[in-house]
Amino acid sequence: MKNFLISLVAIAALWLIPYFAANVAVLKLLIAVIIPYAAVVIFLVGFIYKVIDWSKSAVPFRIPTTAGQQKSLPWIKANNIDNPFTKMGVIIRMLLEVLAFRSLFRNTTMSVSETEHGKRLAYKTEIFLWIGAMAFHYCFLVVVLRHLRFFLDPVPACVQLVEFFDGLMRVEFFSSVFSIGLPGIMMSGLILLAAAIFLLGRRLFNAKVKYISLMADYFPLQLIIAIAISGIFMRHFFKVDLTAVKQLSMGLATFSPVIPTNVGSIFYIHIFLVSMLVMYIPFSKLMHMAGVFLSPTRNLTADTRMNRHINPWNHDVKTHNYDEYEDEFREVMKNAGLRVEKE
Amino acid sequence: MKPDELFRTEHQPPETEWTETPAEIKKGYYCYASNPKSVEHLDLPHARAWNPLEEDWKLPENWQEIFLNGFRERLTKFRTLKIFMDICVRCGACADKCHFFIGTGDPKNMPVLRAELLRSIYRNDFTTAGKLLGKLGGGRKLTVKVLKELWYYLFQCSECRRCSVYCPYGIDTAEITMLGRELMNLIGLNIDWIATPIANCYRTGNHLGLEPHAITDAMEFFTEDIEDIVGYDCKPAVFEEKADILFITPSGDLFADPGTFTAMGYLMLFEYLKREYDLKVTWSTYASEGGNFGLFTSNEVMKRLNAKMYAEAKRLGVKWILGGECGHMWRVINQYMTTMNGPANFLEEPVNPITGTKFENARANKMVHITEFTADLIKNNKLKLDPSRNDNVRMTFHDSCNPSRGMGLLEEPRYVIKSVCNHFYEMPANTIREHTFCCGGGSGLNAGECEELRMAGGLPRANAVKYVNEKYGVNTLGTICAIDRAVLTETMNYWVPGVEVAGIHELVGNALIMPDEKKRTKNLRMEPLPGMEEEESNE
Amino acid sequence: MNDKAELSNASASASMKLIPSGDKKWIILGLIIFVGLFTFPIWYNMLKCSAPIQPVVLSAKAKAAGYCVLPKSEMVSAHMQILDEWRDIVVREGERTYTSPSGKIFTMSLSNTCLDCHNNQAEFCDRCHQYASVKTYCMDCHVNPSKSLKENMQ
Repeated sequence: MKNFLISLVAIAALWLIPYFAANVAVLKLLIAVIIPYAAVVIFLVGFIYKVIDWSKSAVPFRIPTTAGQQKSLPWIKANNIDNPFTKMGVIIRMLLEVLAFRSLFRNTTMSVSETEHGKRLAYKTEIFLWIGAMAFHYCFLVVVLRHLRFFLDPVPACVQLVEFFDGLMRVEFFSSVFSIGLPGIMMSGLILLAAAIFLLGRRLFNAKVKYISLMADYFPLQLIIAIAISGIFMRHFFKVDLTAVKQLSMGLATFSPVIPTNVGSIFYIHIFLVSMLVMYIPFSKLMHMAGVFLSPTRNLTADTRMNRHINPWNHDVKTHNYDEYEDEFREVMKNAGLRVEKE
Repeated sequence: MKPDELFRTEHQPPETEWTETPAEIKKGYYCYASNPKSVEHLDLPHARAWNPLEEDWKLPENWQEIFLNGFRERLTKFRTLKIFMDICVRCGACADKCHFFIGTGDPKNMPVLRAELLRSIYRNDFTTAGKLLGKLGGGRKLTVKVLKELWYYLFQCSECRRCSVYCPYGIDTAEITMLGRELMNLIGLNIDWIATPIANCYRTGNHLGLEPHAITDAMEFFTEDIEDIVGYDCKPAVFEEKADILFITPSGDLFADPGTFTAMGYLMLFEYLKREYDLKVTWSTYASEGGNFGLFTSNEVMKRLNAKMYAEAKRLGVKWILGGECGHMWRVINQYMTTMNGPANFLEEPVNPITGTKFENARANKMVHITEFTADLIKNNKLKLDPSRNDNVRMTFHDSCNPSRGMGLLEEPRYVIKSVCNHFYEMPANTIREHTFCCGGGSGLNAGECEELRMAGGLPRANAVKYVNEKYGVNTLGTICAIDRAVLTETMNYWVPGVEVAGIHELVGNALIMPDEKKRTKNLRMEPLPGMEEEESNE
Repeated sequence: MNDKAELSNASASASMKLIPSGDKKWIILGLIIFVGLFTFPIWYNMLKCSAPIQPVVLSAKAKAAGYCVLPKSEMVSAHMQILDEWRDIVVREGERTYTSPSGKIFTMSLSNTCLDCHNNQAEFCDRCHQYASVKTYCMDCHVNPSKSLKENMQ
């Protein structure tokens, strides 16, 4: 709980900084131009540095987790996806892992129950973490793709198509306080928010997950929730001049930034929070987006009896050879009727 | 402690944060420190007498430096370590997958937290964010307290890899435990149930320290029993030059029931093949250990012990090597051996000379698993079998951790079982094959002093056995692992009395119709065969 | 260290496929793809050489009026919401009169009120809408009085 609260205070501060700064012309430049550029540079450099750093570590052994039948006798059906013995098998395994979170899909939950025979353990499929994770990641992707309309001119048809499908569900609600109707709601934003709240809820209400959660677990979730909320607010409640926003984002993308004049502070909050997230990625667990591709228990072929894997630092070790063995035990060997090499 | 008391229903972590909850080393949950002589025998660092229960562990003066330098070195030598330290998102999917967490209810036995113990040190000393944020960033200074906690929980992990099946990034706690134990090894924090077997294995060729004559004595004991059963001597060849196959199996099977019955099964199978097909199989007392406790010590010790297999095969001039029923042995052979001690170009690509089957999957490694070998023989009708001799057996099969999650040997043993036994029932799907539960005593945790830990860790497996025991009247738990045979016998007595543990080749030995055999009335346990009870008592 | 690896490489039999542990080229390739995708907007806009947005042109009538339903800044960001609300009130409640906060009275009608002043759709509506990639569907149903019948039918 302490970790959750400290992180929440940090998020609140990150929200308030641009809220106040948006009223000062110089700080506008900082938040709308300098920080986003810095964030992208830090992200790219940090990301590349991290991955290169990983690649510098050796892969001495081929230790895939084999989660299916090995390739052995010709009449036994081998499972080339869960126990891949070909490159193609590894590619399919990795695709399923990255695109469908296959390992997480296996998730079960353990429970202890009292039966007439006494206490029993039981394991049931637990799909909600997988659903939450899939919803979260795919909606995040859609949200990112939709935002390409601010960075591309002309906007390609595929981006418009994503937005079209994302906005298929129409909601109209009118009241004296607020209205929702136009612009239409985007499902991805709402589901992203809901999924992130679900994932955060697990960390607060599932005792086991709460126990293992660090500030580094609460912070990115809270940050993403804050980003989603600021985005939804901007679309539906505190509307801003989109043309001005796009002029800024296009300016950033073409290295000729212009600071918009009449854009509300909600926009500055949104772009500031996103910059913080982007900047935070290389230093955090969010690097799992790259690390998942490099996990040696998933991305290697399980063919170590078929093909020799080379350990780049394989070194000679001291062994106890047969001669030393026979020297020590020659007499007992002879007494036991065992053949010896030297009499 | 009675089973009902040990069966924990509470899995709620305490209120205080884990970083602030000191570990208490409990009796029954830790293993004794290693005998310094064993550590010295292998020239491993900082051999000394110490006691985990005492305040002073007699650590070398610069132990932090040794630990952190070792850590840094391993971060570049093992990409696994670096990736696994960096990318865990603490989703908690692994939490209730660990048999030790299910059994002990101790939150630090959740795989994620076991890794976090090491990760907190990593964050503090090796990451920018950790250095900047300190405690807030989840970092912990490497203090004696932190070290003791890490040691305690590294030796409550059996390296079974079950958690890694469910991890969305494939984070393998076995790998973290292995490298963590290497770091412990650097400052002399070994446990005796591992250190003494490796010293034995280095010197005598096997973990039990059986000297050459003790091995031949044990075999003589088996052949006498077999003679009693089939009517003739099945004396195995030892050190036979230019034999077709070198056979290596865990030494535990030469020493204690019920593994000995499995060993008798091997002897009968090899005698059968010699008489029917003139196949020459040889044993060795120099390479008389299939298992490799080096896997639980350090990569270096693993390599040092494993080297004997190829060395002996080369010396004897055999064509290829056949390996017996053992769990972690096959993790080493399958995923490490060829890389560490290969290429074994002095051996031939394994071909079963009886069936002509090429074991293509072992073409570089040149080692074949005995259930692959036997399954091939059975499939090609090369063995005469009478499965009804095992009709008293109602069997289920426990997939051992390493052959399932470090190899994928799932169907071969099942095919052999179904060929030699008429009554076979699977345990629930969530508890077998790649989802299988550890026996609770893997990775060197079969010491007498940590029995409570082992019984707790064995609960998930026992619970699944109990299910088939109640539902189908299962009375035999088949395994292809010597440690299973030792551990599960005890575990079954504790949790599911009445269920026996048996190796697969014990059942093969029973069902095998030996050439020119006398009328078979007894099984390998010297109990009457089904339907022979009366003849037995007449004798 | 590398020498040793090469040594064992050389001594291995030809029948055995050797797997080099260097997967760096794949990692670099992956990074290049990732960076390429991430910086997609930069080179896309370079290739497309897009012209800066043309300023919106106010029709003479609109200019002459000097006011709209709401202040200009609000109209820029929230016109879609007003149109939506008007539609709702007109269609569901049959009410057609709107009083603006400044006290002016308008007839709630897209064709007769809005498009009466803003009679230059291409230079007024479309410029921003195309730029920001916001599809309008007003003209799917409504008549644009500045266009001919034939054009409206299309």
